[in-house]
Parts: sequence; C-alpha cells; structure tokens
Amino acid sequence: MTMFLLWLSTLPTLAQIPIVIGVFLAVVALLLFLIELAPRRGRKYTIIRAAACVVFPLAMVAILDSYTWAIIAAGFLGLLLFWFDLRSRHGTGYVFALFGFLSPALILLAAGLVIPTIQTTIASFMNSRGTEFVGLENFAWIFTQPSGVRTVLNTVMWVLIAPAVSTIAGLAYAVFIDKSRGEKFFKVLVFMPMAISFVGASIIWRFIYTDRPANAEQIGLLNQLIVWAGGEPIRFLQNEPLNTVALIVVLIWVQTGFAMVLLSAAIKAVPIEQLEAAELDGASAWQRFANVTLPGIRSTLVVVLTTISIASLKVFDIVRTMTAGANDTSVIANEMYTQFRNFEAGRSAAFAVILFVMVMPIVIYNARQIKMQRELR
Amino acid sequence: MSTLSKATPLALDPANGSPRRRKTASLAKTRLTNRWATLAALVIAALWTIPTIGLLVSSFRPAQLVRTTGWWTIFENRGFTTQNYTDVLQAGNSQLTMAGSFLNSIAITLPATVIPLVLATLAAYAFAWMRFPGKDLIFVLVFALQIVPIQMALVPLLRLFAAGELFGFPVIGAFGQAGYAQVWIAHTIFALPLAIFLLHNFIAEIPNEIIEAARVDGASHGQIFFRIVLPLTAPAIAAFSIFQFLWVWNDLLVALIFADGPVAPITKLLAEITGTRGQDWHLLTAGAFLAIIVPLAVFFALQRYFVRGLLAGSAKG
Repeated sequence: MTMFLLWLSTLPTLAQIPIVIGVFLAVVALLLFLIELAPRRGRKYTIIRAAACVVFPLAMVAILDSYTWAIIAAGFLGLLLFWFDLRSRHGTGYVFALFGFLSPALILLAAGLVIPTIQTTIASFMNSRGTEFVGLENFAWIFTQPSGVRTVLNTVMWVLIAPAVSTIAGLAYAVFIDKSRGEKFFKVLVFMPMAISFVGASIIWRFIYTDRPANAEQIGLLNQLIVWAGGEPIRFLQNEPLNTVALIVVLIWVQTGFAMVLLSAAIKAVPIEQLEAAELDGASAWQRFANVTLPGIRSTLVVVLTTISIASLKVFDIVRTMTAGANDTSVIANEMYTQFRNFEAGRSAAFAVILFVMVMPIVIYNARQIKMQRELR
Repeated sequence: MSTLSKATPLALDPANGSPRRRKTASLAKTRLTNRWATLAALVIAALWTIPTIGLLVSSFRPAQLVRTTGWWTIFENRGFTTQNYTDVLQAGNSQLTMAGSFLNSIAITLPATVIPLVLATLAAYAFAWMRFPGKDLIFVLVFALQIVPIQMALVPLLRLFAAGELFGFPVIGAFGQAGYAQVWIAHTIFALPLAIFLLHNFIAEIPNEIIEAARVDGASHGQIFFRIVLPLTAPAIAAFSIFQFLWVWNDLLVALIFADGPVAPITKLLAEITGTRGQDWHLLTAGAFLAIIVPLAVFFALQRYFVRGLLAGSAKG
C-alpha cells in the first residue's frame, strides 16, 4: 500500500481523486460480493469462504507493508473467523458478513482514536521526548506558568461568553422575525456565516478590526465608526483583555445562526392553543413569551447552549488565524498545537488531556439532552 | 431559500411536524412583533451581513485604494479590478501557490467525504440489523468516542503514519510521505463515530416488517443493504455527506498536522498568509473569498440538506 500511495502521490492532483475513490469503492464492492456469496451452500462456496477468510486479512495486512508476525497473526485470525462462521447460530456466512460490515470501521476507530487517546494520556505524564515518567510535572508546569494559567482562564472566558451571547442573540432574532414577512430571507442572512470556515471568518473580522494611526484614514470599519464618534482608534487585537473579546465575537458571529435556526423551529412547535389561552387570560406579550414559549423551548435551549459550549472549548482556528495566541489570547487547543510545534510532546499531551476533561461532562450532558428530546417526540 | 424554515434537523428534530401546530393564528401578529422588534431584527441582520459584504467589495478594489481608503467609500473612490484574484492565486510560500492549495482542498475533501460515509454506512447497518454478542456495548463505545476531542488523537496518529508503530511495535509500513494519504485517513477516522451514530439512527428506523419480508423472501444481508437500506437512507446519507464535505473543506487543525508543504489545503495557506502578509488586505480579502466561495455555493444550492447536516453534526470536532 505504501508503494501504491507513493505512486499515487506522484500523479497530478486532480487525477488522484477518481483513482483513490475508484480503488476504494472496488475494494468495498469485492467485500460486499464476498458477503453475498458467503451464505450459499456447497463445497465450492465453502472453499471460497475459507480462502476469503484467510486471504482477505492476509492481503490487507500485506498491502499495508506489515511485518511478518502481523501477517501470521492476520492469517490465524482469518482461520478463527472461518471456524466461528461454520459454527454460527445464524447459519454459515453470518459471522463472515458481520465482519465484512463492521471490521473496517472498528479497526480504524481502534487504531486511530482509542489507542491514540491512551497514548496521549500516557504522554501527558512523560517528559518532552516521551522517554521518562515525570508524574504530574507537565500539569504542574501549565498551572504554575502565568501564561499557562492565562490560557486556561481564556478558555473559561470563551465558554462563559460565547454560548450565552450567541444563544440570546439567536433567540431574540428568531422571536423578532417569527412569522414576519421575509422570514426565510432574514434567516438566510444570519445563518450564512455557518457555511464560512473559521479561517475565512477570522480574516473577515480582522479586516473589520484593523486599525490605522489616529491621523490617517481608517480602513477598518469598527475603528472608522469610533473615529466618527470622536474617539481614538483602538488596537483591538493587541490590547488585552479586549483582544480575547474581539476573538469571541467571531465565534458568536458564526454560531448565532445555528442557535437561531434551532430555536426558531422550537418556537414554531410551541402549541398555539397554550399561547391563545394565555392571551385570553390577559397575559402580555412578554408574559406569554416568558411563561409559555420559554418553558416550551427549554430542552432545545439546553442543546443549543451545550453545543456551542463544546465548540467554544475546542476553539482553535479563530485564535490561530487572528493572533496565533499572541498578546495573552491563547486558548487550550491553540497551546496544545504550539507546544507540539515546539517539540514539547508531554506538555502538548497535557493540554489535550485538560481539554478532554473539560469537554467530557458537557458532551455527555448534551448527548443525554438530545436523547431525551428525541424520546419526547 | 424556501426550505430553510421547514428543514428539520437530522438528529434533533424539535417537533414541528403536525399541521395543528402550524396553524398561523391572528394572534401571531400581536406577539412580540412590534416596531422595536423589527428594528432590532434589522440591526442584527445588518451586523451579520456587513462584514461579509465588506470583504467582497474590498476584494474587487484596486490594491492602492484598499490600502488607503475604507471600502464604504466605494462611491467616492471608485475602482474595480480582478487583479487581486490573479495576484492571490500566484501568492503563497516556496512550495505552493494559492491556486495549488485550492486544488489540494478539492483533492483532500472528496475522498475524505466518500470513504468515511461508505465505511460508516456498512458499520451502521451491522449495528442496526445484525445480531451479535456485545452489540450494545460496542455501539455505546463507538458513540462514546465522540467525547474524545481530536486533539487527543492527532500526535499519536501522526507518529503511526510516519513510523508505522503502535506502542513501539512495528505494525504497518510508514506512508507519512505519501501525499494526501494521511489526511484522508485521519479525516476518515475522525468522521466515523458521529457518522456511524447518526446513520445507525436512520437505518434502525426502517420498519422491521420491510426487512423481515425481504429476509423471508430469501434476501441476504448484501441484498438487503443494497436494495432496501441504501435507497431508504439516501437523504440522511446526503445530509451527512454535505456536512462532512464542509467540515473537511473548512478544517484547519487536521490540515496543519497532516497536510504539510505541497499538499496543504487552502485554509492552511490562507492562515499562513494572514501571518506573513497580514496587512496586504487586497490579497487577504480575495484569498478569503476564494476559500469561502465553495461552501457558500454548497450552502445556496443544497440549503435543505445543508441545514440538516450542519445541525446534526454541530458538536463534532
């Protein structure tokens, strides 16, 4: 496979796309063809199945340019698979089909996510070259350095500000434009930033923030507005702590559309009878909103808040593109990458672990909310 | 545009189905919709649109004017040019131009969308319609992998590709030098947990009778997968593939780690140029517009699927 991939990489860029997709689909087709043959009876098919059981893993491992022991192990596992398949409760061919469907994804997940997560966790307790166990030294380093503490605090600031502001803005907008003329058009305007990459959004906002000396003509819109109002131009990306807020604005700008679309759908699902009943009882517009609509969209609100919280915790692209963490704007994900570039594998891993620990409870809560919401439906 | 408000999110559908609830009563007009609300909505709409308009306008202004005047003075300082785009396509670093990185983005994104989708659909089918011991446990484990931030996997995965070793044991031949291969595989791996989970939800919703009827007629798993499951879940697959396409196209972190030098995508090169030529606004605006034009085109062309896919996968990363 190394040979194939190396050969592939010498081709022109656009020629590689059809070839790699074609080869991949051909392999999948072969796999499905074998799955199709597997349940058939007769000696011929038994032989084909036995051959497939042994040859397929052998071939897969061999084309990965593995080492002899790995190839032997694959062949052995193939035989085991064949034996299990023969004795399967659901008839021969069942276990074979099961492996065909499941193993590609599960092998990739094990090798690409499960094992690396373990390795990173171990690496966070090792020195920079991964040769020596240093206990909690990397974590101690992060929480004793002023810049390390600042990085963690900045991340906390992101999580406190971005989800709340974008949810409130999205909710307000969804309520204001609800059932108005041109609602769909208004929605598109605010939702569009979701399609733009964080890198693109960062450049858009850097241009808004850019500053010129007080006597020169401003080319950044925000500073021009300040000058028109009689103020002095502000260096938004240099002055801390304003610069972190300036970065958070970019995430809010992107995520408000997400909040708006979800909350708008939830608002439309609030039973109209309840709103009518409240109106008959003499409730004002604000009371109806606070006492009928808000409780009705509570679970969606929670999903929106937690989802944006996760995005804020993991934020990387915006900080990387706009300041690269300069002037005390760094966040955990950015510092993880910076330490990796500085060959500080241990510290980099420690930042990744901190991120993991911070994200975990929110993701679990978020998943449970989504599940609950679906059950209610 | 007409489908946006109707689009029901793929995973989290906040029940907007029944016609009874759709009834627009006269009450609606007397709700919060008053003059101030309209004004506030207009302000928000303007705030969310003006930055992008500024970028677009500036990218077509001559460099000299971009440097000295604000884009809002376009009517006093007229000028139109496409030179910025010609220039930015040639800009870049010693190994790569912006034009090349645009092609790289395409070459990275398409396989990194197709491969995980196919593998995830296969696995999701097995989880939904095949019986085996430990199924629930394994499925929960796959689901739980979503809580792992990709930062946890990046560096060890890079080592695996570069050295072919797991815990110091040689496992596979190293292919770290082989062009796009490691970006494709990395994106595939990171997409799998969410893709398997979402597609499983859809495939499991196919009525049991349909699958059973096919089985009674003697259909094998291969036939059921092709003839029944794939056609019925096509909308979900389409929604997720659009999400995955945009996620990969807009990604920076995975590209920074796995796509170095001549295979870097446009996001990476753009971030780099922002660092090195941060005040060349005529180049940056044109470059940024080049990078966002593809997602925006997808957005306007496939809005319905786009909204579903984006909402479904919004917690990824």
